[in-house]
Amino acid sequence: MWDYTDKVKDHFLNPRNVGEIDSPSGIGEVGSLACGDALTLTFKLGDDGKIVDAKFKTFGCASAIASSSALTEMVKGLTLDEAEKLTNEDIAKYLGGLPKEKMHCSVMGREALEAAIANYRGVPIPMALGELVCECFGVTDLEIKRAIQESNLRTVEEVTNFTKAGGGCGKCEDKIEELLREVRKEAKEEIAIEEQPKRLTNIQKIKMIEEVLDREIRPALKKDGGDIELIDVDGDFVIVSLRGACVSCAKSQTTLKEYVEKKLREQVLDTLIVEEGKV
Amino acid sequence: MSLGEDRQVIYMDNNATTKVAPEVLEVMLPYFSEQYGNPSSMHSFGGSVGKMVVGAREKVSSLIGAQPDELVFTSCGTESDSTAILSAIQSFSDKRHIVTTRVEHPAVKNLCEQLDTLTGHKHKITSLPVESDGTIDLNRFEESLTDDTAIVSIMWANNETGVIFPIEEMVEITKNRGILFHTDAVQAVGKIPIDLNKVPIDFLSISGHKLHAPKGVGVLYVRKGTPFVPFMTGGHQEHGRRGGTENVTSIIGLGKACELAATKMNDENTRVKALRDKLEEGLLSNIPSSILNGHKTLRLPNTSNISFEYVEGESILLHLDRYNICASSGSACTSGSLEPSHVLRAMGVPFTAAHGSIRFSLSVYNTEEEVDFIIDKLPPIIANLREMSPFWKGSHPGQVGGANCKCSC
Repeated sequence: MWDYTDKVKDHFLNPRNVGEIDSPSGIGEVGSLACGDALTLTFKLGDDGKIVDAKFKTFGCASAIASSSALTEMVKGLTLDEAEKLTNEDIAKYLGGLPKEKMHCSVMGREALEAAIANYRGVPIPMALGELVCECFGVTDLEIKRAIQESNLRTVEEVTNFTKAGGGCGKCEDKIEELLREVRKEAKEEIAIEEQPKRLTNIQKIKMIEEVLDREIRPALKKDGGDIELIDVDGDFVIVSLRGACVSCAKSQTTLKEYVEKKLREQVLDTLIVEEGKV
Repeated sequence: MSLGEDRQVIYMDNNATTKVAPEVLEVMLPYFSEQYGNPSSMHSFGGSVGKMVVGAREKVSSLIGAQPDELVFTSCGTESDSTAILSAIQSFSDKRHIVTTRVEHPAVKNLCEQLDTLTGHKHKITSLPVESDGTIDLNRFEESLTDDTAIVSIMWANNETGVIFPIEEMVEITKNRGILFHTDAVQAVGKIPIDLNKVPIDFLSISGHKLHAPKGVGVLYVRKGTPFVPFMTGGHQEHGRRGGTENVTSIIGLGKACELAATKMNDENTRVKALRDKLEEGLLSNIPSSILNGHKTLRLPNTSNISFEYVEGESILLHLDRYNICASSGSACTSGSLEPSHVLRAMGVPFTAAHGSIRFSLSVYNTEEEVDFIIDKLPPIIANLREMSPFWKGSHPGQVGGANCKCSC
């Protein structure tokens, strides 16, 4: 169970400013059903250039609802220039803190505000102009860089907690890693990966397998009137076809596993799996 | 954190864990204090404890139609699962293929995914898909088996939806093919009748705390004649199949719990099932845009998994918590991960529904008043959250993020 502050609980159970303003000055919509949270923020600007009213509609967990509620309270009475300076950290602070896995809820609040201000000004949402990094949650490099900078993030996991980037298929983790290095100006030098367990390319693998087949396996099989042919190598799966006397030999499966596979594991790669291909 | 007021707890999260039955606690108590002997000792002080362990073994075995010496007591369901699968791949070290499903508990799912690093060998894992109602296609199962298959590990009943798999039929298909069969039956044992006299399965996992015994005790059934390699090596306990001094007190408790389960099996499948059905029908008919997840009838009698579209599960749970109602959710937010339940995703439940899924899992201790209370309290909670949701009757386009998701989720 999440350790929510009393303030979070209060804003979740008694959310302020739920709804949508009719003909608002600006509207910001972020998130999606697929992402698991979404927020629509509307605000009304007064004649004095200050926000007189703000309302929200949120689909999401307790901290998403509480962050939205807090946001609407915080922006009232601010000019747009002032509102623009609000960060997700300000929202989290207002709520007495959020569990680290839930920081993205405060980020969503801030982004809705930015989207609403951009909508009022008739300009594109600044963060959306960046390059899309996380396809699962639609997060751009600009959002990630800003989160790293403002919240002093150090790891991919922290970036995920704050922006959700990398929390889906995980394909963009390398890119996030890169952005972390870039922003934190850490040595670009790749730390030499020491003693990486043997990683062979497919070509290398095939060459080595052929060598072992020629040198040891084929001569042994030929003694019994058999032969073997390499058909394919797919990752660790070595597909072979037994020929000659092997085809009708009752022990051919044993030969395949206990002799061929064993030899190849000893001399090429100990993860190889030999299978007979039907050709 | 507790949002609850001082109110009696309404516990409908019995697939997560159960209350220790009072009768179970009672038989356990002396073995925490005066009866502290080691069952392996030569003296009669320890020996009398040993007899209790023997008695417990008989009670557990009779619940599932096994022989007492086919049981190995473990520390939990997860240990039982690990023991079975790791034993099978060591017994058949030349076979490198495992058949499982996409909806297994993490105890099996994550183990299978990590076998390569654990064993140093590459394994081919076939994770069978499920239909939209959570059931499995037997033809597809049969086609997945190969001569290289070392073990099949498929749960008897799903923890999230309660959907029951046709284990008997699947065992029949694998029979005489030199393939070992393991089932994670932690949700099934005690809830539905299981008779291993009639199902020639090799391994079956039980977890004590899912059937009103305490946490920290489990069982692995190993059929007589099935090759076995221990997971924990040490003393001669459990006939050398699991080293370590027995968790005597909990084992005695588990024996009692199994005895009780046998006597309450009928109640579970009639009265509890009727309560579950009443709850389910009450919620589905009173709350629009609510959907049952899982097959309507091929299901445990105690489990109901319902999606409430356009709202999010954690919010629902925390509102229920104010009334001291305990349930669980397959939403992303409750787990701390960012994606909803792998079970619901495997069933193809759309995102509109997956994030708003709630599982109620009942036990023989639930009452009709509790069911009525939930049917009364939940509809306004959903209505209130939907009022707040931009998707409810709204036209939120959700243009930022997720909409063009290209990953497998």
